[in-house]
Amino acid sequence: MIEVDQLTKRYGPTTAVRNLSFTVRPGRVTGFLGPNGAGKTTTLRMLLGLVEPSAGTATVDGRSFRTRPRGLRHVGALLDAHDVHGGRSARAHLHALARSNRIPVARVDEVLAEVGLTGSAARRRTGTFSLGMKQRLGIAAALLGDPPVLMFDEPLNGLDPEGVLWVRELFRRLAREGRTVFVSSHLMSEMEHTAEELVVIGRGELIAAESLTEFASRGTAPTVTVSSPDAGRLAAVLTAEGVVVTPHDEETLRVRGASAARVGELAHEHRFLLRELTTQTASLEAAFMELTADSVEYAAGETR
Amino acid sequence: MTTLAVPAARFTDLLAAEWIKLRSLRSTYWALGSCALVLIAFNANAARADYVNYPHYDGPIRREFVYWALRDAFTSGATMMMILATAGIGAITVVGEYGTGLIRTTFTAVPDRRALMTAKVLVVTAVMTVYGAVVAGASFAASQAILDGRGLGVAIGHPGAWRVVVASALLAPVSALVGMGMGALIRHSATTMILTTLVLLLLPAFVTDRYHWTACVRNALPYNAWVRLVDIGYGDHPFTLVPRFPTTVGGGWVVFAVWAGVAAVLTVVVVERRDV
Ligand SMILES: Nc1ncnc2c1ncn2[C@@H]1O[C@H](COP(=O)(O)OP(=O)(O)O)[C@@H](O)[C@H]1O
Ligand SMILES: [Mg+2]
Repeated sequence: MIEVDQLTKRYGPTTAVRNLSFTVRPGRVTGFLGPNGAGKTTTLRMLLGLVEPSAGTATVDGRSFRTRPRGLRHVGALLDAHDVHGGRSARAHLHALARSNRIPVARVDEVLAEVGLTGSAARRRTGTFSLGMKQRLGIAAALLGDPPVLMFDEPLNGLDPEGVLWVRELFRRLAREGRTVFVSSHLMSEMEHTAEELVVIGRGELIAAESLTEFASRGTAPTVTVSSPDAGRLAAVLTAEGVVVTPHDEETLRVRGASAARVGELAHEHRFLLRELTTQTASLEAAFMELTADSVEYAAGETR
Repeated sequence: MTTLAVPAARFTDLLAAEWIKLRSLRSTYWALGSCALVLIAFNANAARADYVNYPHYDGPIRREFVYWALRDAFTSGATMMMILATAGIGAITVVGEYGTGLIRTTFTAVPDRRALMTAKVLVVTAVMTVYGAVVAGASFAASQAILDGRGLGVAIGHPGAWRVVVASALLAPVSALVGMGMGALIRHSATTMILTTLVLLLLPAFVTDRYHWTACVRNALPYNAWVRLVDIGYGDHPFTLVPRFPTTVGGGWVVFAVWAGVAAVLTVVVVERRDV
């Protein structure tokens, strides 16, 4: 379990993380979402004791990570896949990590096989690796100690589509095994098929901490699209019922504040011929964009 | 989930891990190997020059030749090169981790930074001490073997001969530790190299012994301590000037110890509190 309480990190005039509190529970994948610059990496670094908080606490299984003499059996983490020495082979890199935590060398080959870095790839210097291979190596390092808590910072960057599917399945499996799995991303689309729980932040502050379903229902209410040859009169009828109607084209209306069923009933009562009646549920992406719109540091097209 | 039982943390695991890190880098072998060959060849060449020129030397030099034979055992040119190389290698063991970002992976695996840096310091010190001993020992053997061609080689049992070898050998770990300390402090490779060279090689050349305080600074530098330690004719040799502020052999060893100790402590302590 990960617990973050009133966590704040200031870098001079910038406040990277402000008064952040949330809990990440075991047994499910929790997505850590926020636009670029929201403070995700800073929060993860504070959880791992790499960065000292300006205020507040960050604990893993009830303890500040810095107080543990060795880390790999408690937390497996992949922060940045480039955090390796390019002159060492993948195997030597993992071997040194394993040895420092008294993890049997046999485990190195196990995790290398698990992430698909076998044979000559394991013996190659990591400086020659693609980003995708480095991500796999970073995941192997995170798995080395068979830890109950895992943290990944933007792990899908640089992975090919097959790699993305593999990583998603891996995260779900780790969660099914009862582990705490905390995965950051700035893209909702990366999380919606993986995470059950979400922690959403913007400009260092908490926006939401809830299940994916709850989060989805927060976004824009569903819109109903209805089309009829007599759209003008239908609009009048619907408006009289207190529904918000926006004409889309000659025959089509966009309706908010009423379900498709209700629109259908009204049309039936007033004998309208309908050519289309559909519901557009708000996408998670849209909900995410809407909620974080205020906190995006540099929106596209914005002049500063 | 089958989490492995967590064994108690052992310091020796960290020593083993740092040793794996050092020996799994090809650059370690290249740097140490090529420097060793150059240094030994450099010293052997000084002996060869004396071997060739000996017939032209006059009486006083010939009478005091033990002094010159021991100067060939480890020349000051070789010493400067060794300081540069070993300080650089020491610095790289620290800045190499910061520069690549590996330090974050390392500290995530071992949150006890103090223990980790202590292990790193000990492994580098041990490797560099062995390295210095090999280079200084081989240089002594090669140079004296060449001079033996004229029956001029000095045996290791000769008074002062051991001191020349040991002082030259120890300069390797002392310089490496200074490099590590500077690396831990500065964390940026180019700046670390420049400042380390400045402190270890340029200061000794520029600080004079004109005033008492500059002489103190001068005598407190590792290179000058080495010069004192390998000067077996100090004070009575006709070819060297007696300095205005005399120094002692014991003082030379103390300078070595203080630089090594302070650099080691610095390396361990400065990483403790900083964000990475
Ligand atoms: N070492 C640092 N020094 C100064 N500012 C920093 C530092 N690290 C992060 N920041 C700032 O903190 C904010 C949050 O950054 P970060 O945690 O990297 O966000 P994210 O990972 O969500 O993209 C950004 O505005 C960033 O510029
Ligand atoms: Mg980030």
